[in-house]
Amino acid sequence: MNWPALVVFIALFVFVTGLGFWAARWRAGDLTQLHEWGLGGRRFGTFVTWFLLGGDLYTAYTFIAVPALVYGAGALGFFAVPYTILIYPLLYMVFPRLWSLAHKHGYVTSSDVVLGRYGNKWLALAVGVTGIVATMPYIALQLVGMQVVIGAMGVSGEGIIGDLPLIIAFIILAAFTYTSGLRAPAMIAVVKDMLIYLVVIAVTIVVPLHFGGFGPIFAAVPVAKLTLAAPVGDTYGAYSTYATLALGSALALFLYPHSLTAILSSSSPGAIRRNAALLPAYSLVLGLLALLGFMAVALNVGAAPEFAAGFKQYGNNFAVPALILSVFPGWFAGLAFAAIAIGALVPSAIMSIACANIVSRTIYRGFLSPNATNEQESSIAKIASLIVKVGALVFIIFVPVPYALQFQLLGGLWMIQVLPSVILGLYLRMLNGWALLIGWAVGTGVGTWMASTTSFKAAVFTISLFGVSFPSYIALWALIANVVVSVVLSVLLKPFVAPAPVLAD
Amino acid sequence: MATQPGLEPKRHWLRILFVLPFIAMLWVSSYNRLTPELFGFPFYYWYQLLWVVISAAIAGIVYKAEH
Repeated sequence: MNWPALVVFIALFVFVTGLGFWAARWRAGDLTQLHEWGLGGRRFGTFVTWFLLGGDLYTAYTFIAVPALVYGAGALGFFAVPYTILIYPLLYMVFPRLWSLAHKHGYVTSSDVVLGRYGNKWLALAVGVTGIVATMPYIALQLVGMQVVIGAMGVSGEGIIGDLPLIIAFIILAAFTYTSGLRAPAMIAVVKDMLIYLVVIAVTIVVPLHFGGFGPIFAAVPVAKLTLAAPVGDTYGAYSTYATLALGSALALFLYPHSLTAILSSSSPGAIRRNAALLPAYSLVLGLLALLGFMAVALNVGAAPEFAAGFKQYGNNFAVPALILSVFPGWFAGLAFAAIAIGALVPSAIMSIACANIVSRTIYRGFLSPNATNEQESSIAKIASLIVKVGALVFIIFVPVPYALQFQLLGGLWMIQVLPSVILGLYLRMLNGWALLIGWAVGTGVGTWMASTTSFKAAVFTISLFGVSFPSYIALWALIANVVVSVVLSVLLKPFVAPAPVLAD
Repeated sequence: MATQPGLEPKRHWLRILFVLPFIAMLWVSSYNRLTPELFGFPFYYWYQLLWVVISAAIAGIVYKAEH
């Protein structure tokens, strides 16, 4: 048991818990209204939105998994950097428009946007359910990140005792999300990000000092891992894999309910646009974090006997905790681990709020109880946020981590299938709700089938055209099928289907 | 500085600059190499990190032009 680490860790955890409950009073609003509980009253300015989106998109799992991928696979793991570069032009150009639409009509979720645009509640349901199904394993992976750092402090046990710290953390999370809504993660995100910046800056100073610069760190990595394998013969090989992983992930990111929740909670389109310029600061941090994987290689933490058990239990995900434990004193390791664990709480809270918004607005009010009052809608959301979290917790306790990863992979390629309905609809008037629904089904089916051909282990599927192979991210292939079906069917259906009343613009 | 909620700013032609990060990042073969190094970083790494800064600058420039 690493006591100094544990004491600092628990102290910080208690502090943010207090903050989470106190957040209910911050810019106080009527929390019995869904847009107050679930969107923080749409009042977050540039500064809070920066922390909220940063805390939302750069999660605990990112901090553990991206360096772990670089540690194991080398250059391929760096795709997180181009991925997060490509999201900001999209954020700047597309999402202020969505915000304006949502603000004007009181929309809380992307399902609302779709329903308003096409008047097709089945399409809205498909969009909503996709969001929930894709988000659940994402929450579960946040717990994986938390598990790893708790394990790294020497807290362990058999069976249910071993999961106890995680369960406690989640009860705390559930309680403050219930009472404070989106205000809680917004406030905690500020603390989390300052801790993360502190840790990343400390690591990127201390470790290169130890080696005498970055040169020796890269020199310790096998040359073949430092760049992508150049394709040989009639294939785009690692190049198309890398490019499509970055592009597909970027296109999917803001479709996730939790990203949209953070975007819709900002106070103006200007706040969103300013963040397109300011959020890349996180991408720089992410790039430096990715290099922690190489630092772990250079320090050869994988061969250290004291970390053997950790690597055995958590695989390469243990690379970052091992690196932190080997270069920092216990108390600072505790601070770093707290940063990662709090980094799990923030997105988990936002994700569960986002799912809860869908459950209460789209499913409860849209299908089960159309005459529900605003107060009923908000209380259903609060209860749904609890159910979503319990679901994620059960998932992670009973489902082995590799399966959680596979669900996350599927989640990404399912999520991107709502792009034609949510985004293209903002620009193309000719799309038809039923065509989009069929396109969504085709895209989801094609993507799931492609993933099944790899036994749900790989994110990449190879298609050959004119004798040239394009190994590419499955989500993109499936999206292409989806868009083609949606557009073609919209054209074909036009003479037969009365145009949907344009409800919203 | 603050914009009216719901009001779209006039789109500026500078938005065309947003194409650049896509070209640069999706053209993987242009940066998949080790040299020249910068501060000990192989080209592959510092070049991609540099584009983080460039794309942030592009967003900042376009914002300034539109507001």
